[in-house]
Amino acid sequence: MNEFWNWWVIVIVAINILGCWALLYWTRKIKESEVADSETTGHVYDGIEEYNNPLPRWWLNMFYITLVFGVVYLILYPGLGKFQGVLNWSQESQLEEEVAAAKATYQPLFDKYMNVPIEELAKVKQATEMGKRIFVNTCFGCHGSDARGNPGYPNLTDKDWLWGGSPDQIKHSIVSGRVGAMPPFGESLTADQIDELVQYVGKLSGHQVDETKAAAGKSTFDTQCFVCHGNDGKGNIALGAPNLTDNIWLYSGSSSGIAKTIREGRNGEMPAHGEILGEARSHLVSAYVYSLSNK
Amino acid sequence: MFLAPLYRVNAMSEKQSDTYVIRDLYAKPDKIYPRQVHGIFARLRILTVFLLLGFYYLAPWATWDGRQAILLDLPARQFHLFGITFWPQDFVYLTLLLVICAVGLFLFTAVAGRIWCGYACPQTVWTQTFMWIEEFVEGNRNKRMKLDKKPWGPEKVFKKTAKHTLWVIFALFTGYTFVGYFSPIRELWDGILTLSLGPWEWFWIGLYSLATYGNAGRLREQVCLHMCPYARFQSAMFDNDTLIISYDEKRGESRGRRKKNSDYKTKGLGDCIDCNQCVHVCPTGIDIRDGLQYECIACAACIDVCDNVMDQMGYPKGLIKYTTEHAEKGKQTQVFRPRTFLYIALFAGLIATFLFLIATRTPLNVNVIRDRSTLFTETFDGSIENTYQLKILNMSQVTNQYRLEVEGVGESQIKGETEFTIAAGEVLTVPLRVKIAQNFLNGRSNDIYFKITTKNDSQETHIAKAKFLGPDKARR
Repeated sequence: MNEFWNWWVIVIVAINILGCWALLYWTRKIKESEVADSETTGHVYDGIEEYNNPLPRWWLNMFYITLVFGVVYLILYPGLGKFQGVLNWSQESQLEEEVAAAKATYQPLFDKYMNVPIEELAKVKQATEMGKRIFVNTCFGCHGSDARGNPGYPNLTDKDWLWGGSPDQIKHSIVSGRVGAMPPFGESLTADQIDELVQYVGKLSGHQVDETKAAAGKSTFDTQCFVCHGNDGKGNIALGAPNLTDNIWLYSGSSSGIAKTIREGRNGEMPAHGEILGEARSHLVSAYVYSLSNK
Repeated sequence: MFLAPLYRVNAMSEKQSDTYVIRDLYAKPDKIYPRQVHGIFARLRILTVFLLLGFYYLAPWATWDGRQAILLDLPARQFHLFGITFWPQDFVYLTLLLVICAVGLFLFTAVAGRIWCGYACPQTVWTQTFMWIEEFVEGNRNKRMKLDKKPWGPEKVFKKTAKHTLWVIFALFTGYTFVGYFSPIRELWDGILTLSLGPWEWFWIGLYSLATYGNAGRLREQVCLHMCPYARFQSAMFDNDTLIISYDEKRGESRGRRKKNSDYKTKGLGDCIDCNQCVHVCPTGIDIRDGLQYECIACAACIDVCDNVMDQMGYPKGLIKYTTEHAEKGKQTQVFRPRTFLYIALFAGLIATFLFLIATRTPLNVNVIRDRSTLFTETFDGSIENTYQLKILNMSQVTNQYRLEVEGVGESQIKGETEFTIAAGEVLTVPLRVKIAQNFLNGRSNDIYFKITTKNDSQETHIAKAKFLGPDKARR
């Protein structure tokens, strides 16, 4: 707001208040010569006539009170151009105050569980209920409200963990996030090799497969895939490489789905939530997630 | 600011030709000094004052199951009324109750006129109490008028101070009781004694005390004349068969003073002895002999006082009486007419609906929130899954166990907990996944029903509708 508009607003507000006062002053009295001769105003409706009585004085006083209220308001709160009011109130300051008040109320509830180890916290009903509420607000978008996951987003209720299921590993996943990458092999492997690999990977999880192709696939696996997924195909939690032997699939367990994963690769990211949730609430969510598979 | 001098200039220019007097368009209302009256209607009002105020002041002290029986706990959003707790979800009952009150007001107004104003309105009831205090301290009407005319002296200072002190104490107790409906009244008393209430409790006690003092002590009839909306729209419910208070003009006129037992009829006088008692007792300061006026709150004080006068004169009672316009014209008063039948039907129907709804209410509220991030998931065996959050609120006053089922489609499976315990007044979030085979689905959107059964003797069930999304049949 520049100087012109600042003064524009101030002058208009002042004219309005003074104008209202002047109007009240001007209309509160009337010349005797202008007073109607009769007792009534001359208005008739359904045979009911209206007396020309003076209004009660307190009625007039209420008008004056609104003017005083307006002036006091303009002194306390923003309204006169750039003047912020002596209370220095703003929408932002009100929000900050309310957030601070909410923090003062709720933070102690979170903080009291800060130093309880996650294994123990997972058995405290109040704590897991709090963790659950944070989970269904923050994590439901990818993992689903029930934490059973969605294609590309792991199920957190089973015992299968990409990055490890110990309390510390779970909390690390939540606070710092995880990035998992399956590189694409579409260019380095031929279509036949990929088909053989699909058969072998299916076999690891107990699918019905073409045994000869699976045997051929094993040799490719042992030279390429073992680096991340291990010789036995059981994965590596240090890299987030999934266990391929448990028939639990992050993306797809169908032949075409596995082929697509090998050919095009996959990229998964769990974003870091440490800053979003804060220390205490991360701890509670960790306990809740831990409790899902450790009843 | 500049308009006012302009007006003066104008006025002054006119002054040369015309003598002008300024008249104020606002006037301080004349103070009304109603005389206390004795009679059957005054006794009826004393009865209603004691019943209504007695209920008002005592009800918050009643207990039920070890807690305050009537407690409108706004911060917790729970209204405790004896054995039932109402939640914001139950707002429809409050709405219905208010509609019942409104229709009841219409019914009673159509039949009995402003019976509410005269006997039951809080404004009347508290004003009456304040007047009793006033009469107790300052004496009767004449003494009060004399006292007000007197210059300030020790007696006047003492009496005025005493009256206002009593008023303020009574008003404060009223304000305290009012807040006691919303904040436990016993703890509130301790809080007052130890000066440890929160700012809002002080504020509301102060505001309601001020309102009581202001309305019942100061504003009185001004509230009825200028503020009350009901006073203005009740005329819409009046007709020729509505009970009104009326002066029998044929019998009373022409009014005039006379000696008792004189043969006034030969002098051309009616029964009205023009004693003005009916004006002196009127709390709104009108003369009922001028006919029906909007100021009349139908308190019947003029009936009581006039009947007393008629008794003393040896005339029959009823110069001023409850009557109807039809009766005044010599016709039959029709109490049962289309209007009253309609109001009675509405009133009874609404009350029956209200009682039915309260009796069949399940103290359980379920909100189903479908996960919006994914429309649906297809499992490896070709079934469809949708994920939901159920927010289940136990609105009863006891801890309950519940059982959850899904209905509406052929076969379904719930992945998640289906039996749980919820403490009284607690919300439980139940995340779960529903799995349905594709051949049971009719298309992209299917209605399913979460049925929650309370595991108690009555096995109350609550059914919440939800959508289950699946793939388009044509695209399968």
